[in-house]
Amino acid sequence: MTVLRYREAVRAAMIEEMERDERVYLIGEEVGAYQGAYKVSEGMLERFGPKRVIDAPITESGFTGISIGAAMVGLRPIVEYMTWNFSAVAFDQILNNAAKIRQMSGGQLHVPIVLRAPNGSARQVGSQHSHAMEHFYAHVPGLKVLAPATPADAKGLLKAAIRDEDPVLFMESETLYNVKGEVPDDPDFIVPMGQARVAREGKDVSIIAYGRPVHVALEAAALLEKEGIDAEVVDLRSLRPLDEQALVRTVQKTHRAVLTYEGWPYGGVGGEIVDRIQRLAFDELDAPILRVTFRDVPMPYNAKLEQYVLPQPDRIADAVREVLYRKG
Amino acid sequence: MTTTRQHSDELHLALYRKMFQIRRFEEEAARAYAQGKIGGFLHLYIGQEAVAVGAVASLQPTDYAITTYRDHGLALARGMTSRAAMAELFGKVTGCSKGLGGSMHFFDAEHNMLGGYGIVGGHVPLAVGTAFASKYREDGRVAIVFLGEGAVSIGDFHEGMSLASLWKLPIVIVVENNEYAMGTSLARTLSVEDVSLKAVGYGMARDRFFATHVLEVHDRIGEAIERARTTSEPTLVEVRTYRFRGHSMSDPGKYRTPDELEERKRKDPLMVSRAELEGKGHQEALQKIEAEIEAEIEDAIRFADESPEPGPELLEATTYKGAFAR
Repeated sequence: MTVLRYREAVRAAMIEEMERDERVYLIGEEVGAYQGAYKVSEGMLERFGPKRVIDAPITESGFTGISIGAAMVGLRPIVEYMTWNFSAVAFDQILNNAAKIRQMSGGQLHVPIVLRAPNGSARQVGSQHSHAMEHFYAHVPGLKVLAPATPADAKGLLKAAIRDEDPVLFMESETLYNVKGEVPDDPDFIVPMGQARVAREGKDVSIIAYGRPVHVALEAAALLEKEGIDAEVVDLRSLRPLDEQALVRTVQKTHRAVLTYEGWPYGGVGGEIVDRIQRLAFDELDAPILRVTFRDVPMPYNAKLEQYVLPQPDRIADAVREVLYRKG
Repeated sequence: MTTTRQHSDELHLALYRKMFQIRRFEEEAARAYAQGKIGGFLHLYIGQEAVAVGAVASLQPTDYAITTYRDHGLALARGMTSRAAMAELFGKVTGCSKGLGGSMHFFDAEHNMLGGYGIVGGHVPLAVGTAFASKYREDGRVAIVFLGEGAVSIGDFHEGMSLASLWKLPIVIVVENNEYAMGTSLARTLSVEDVSLKAVGYGMARDRFFATHVLEVHDRIGEAIERARTTSEPTLVEVRTYRFRGHSMSDPGKYRTPDELEERKRKDPLMVSRAELEGKGHQEALQKIEAEIEAEIEDAIRFADESPEPGPELLEATTYKGAFAR
């Protein structure tokens, strides 16, 4: 085990896989000479050279499409967006090419590509730079979507993604990059996709989260503990495939669930999770499932208003009290 | 009509065979469409056959080719069988894409026909990516991508052009300028008449000519392919051509006059080649080719008619490898 920051864990996964497989390359804006807009790829240009660590101009659609094309004929690209917000201009490439080529070609071609970037809010960067893009992508069959919350999961899931034969979208977080954690050193350490993790055992209520909000959920659980409420925190890690058995297991145990994630309340990953739980564990539920999300507005710049819009430990705790009928 | 360079009549006859195969394939496809045997969209290449056939004749079998939704011609030119192509139109499991792709999504990995794509311009970066892979692996392959002049205003065309030129990738970008983007004429979609000028801003080599003769297409695109292969430099080639049918089967054709259409049909490159080869005494060979193609297309229709449809078990298996990600 080595203690690594989240960004170092992502980097370690890329380095190990690039050393293991020369078909793997990294492409994106500022990934090379600048050393990465968030220093995730620091040192990689020096290590692998400009053939495999490629600085791209501001052409998200272009370099996404090029990497999909390269993947179709046997390379295994890692595409870094400066943030997932900018993937919106490459949405057509992801939706219409990455996700469709296996079927359109009758299974003759496939697209082993990883698209990765920080996702969600990032402290006062305003409405255009604070999107939680996983909700758009998890809707699409043909794509896989991962959102690790810890350095170990970041490394293990990214390695699984790079070795996968289908397009995998990997959601990091600018506000997680400095988080430290123990990470296995074994170069074959892989976290399989589609397996959730219990981040905190508890018996009274399940708080279900992924990505950065897992840490917010843990803060909420600590608040609730002082009131004698024992919350379980489930970290999904993988949104598509989704570990529905883990959802069933935790609800069988606690009979109450609160979801928290970034992104808006209309539909999205949260709506999907609610559907799975009510469909697969209806009789286990003792209260409606509540969701703590972005408030239903574009993200404001003002610091206090931004915090108001984001899921907070006290909002999660309020929702927990509500599903336990302890409110008021 | 003479060609710019000396070629054997054998080559010319082989290219005539391909052009005639595409023409007859599509005429019969149009008939099958009218009979309700083909659904969705059907975009015919009739009139433009010399472009794909001439270009493909300059490629190596290992080179990569990608095109738009008007893809039957390129697929057949690359060597897809008439059976696999017709069965795909009929939505049958014996089709080139197992009946899952349809007219707009012909794929044949064995012949490096890497697809027809339905989003205008979106396939240009894909093709540039295959050239990128070729350069990455240093395997000497060239990529060729076909698009209509209607695609040169959209962003992905420009991002693909920009990166192909910046990274010196071995690709030939062929704009088939058939003068109409669906029903909108070139003058109403572009601020310049010369589409090849788009290359100038990217510092890319360019060429521009009329597809009056299949061997001319072969030679001119061949030069660009050679440039890509020997110096890893991209070229934008504007080939001026004309489609004799509508944009798709539902096109009423009100945006052009019957006179214009008749005038262009008189210059049909298929007929130009036929007349030239006939003049050289190949009447017998032409008749043999035509009889063989007629039999081949008839067989393809029968094959497509009699083939089974794909079952639902194919759907999850062609969405992900292994377990379905749900």
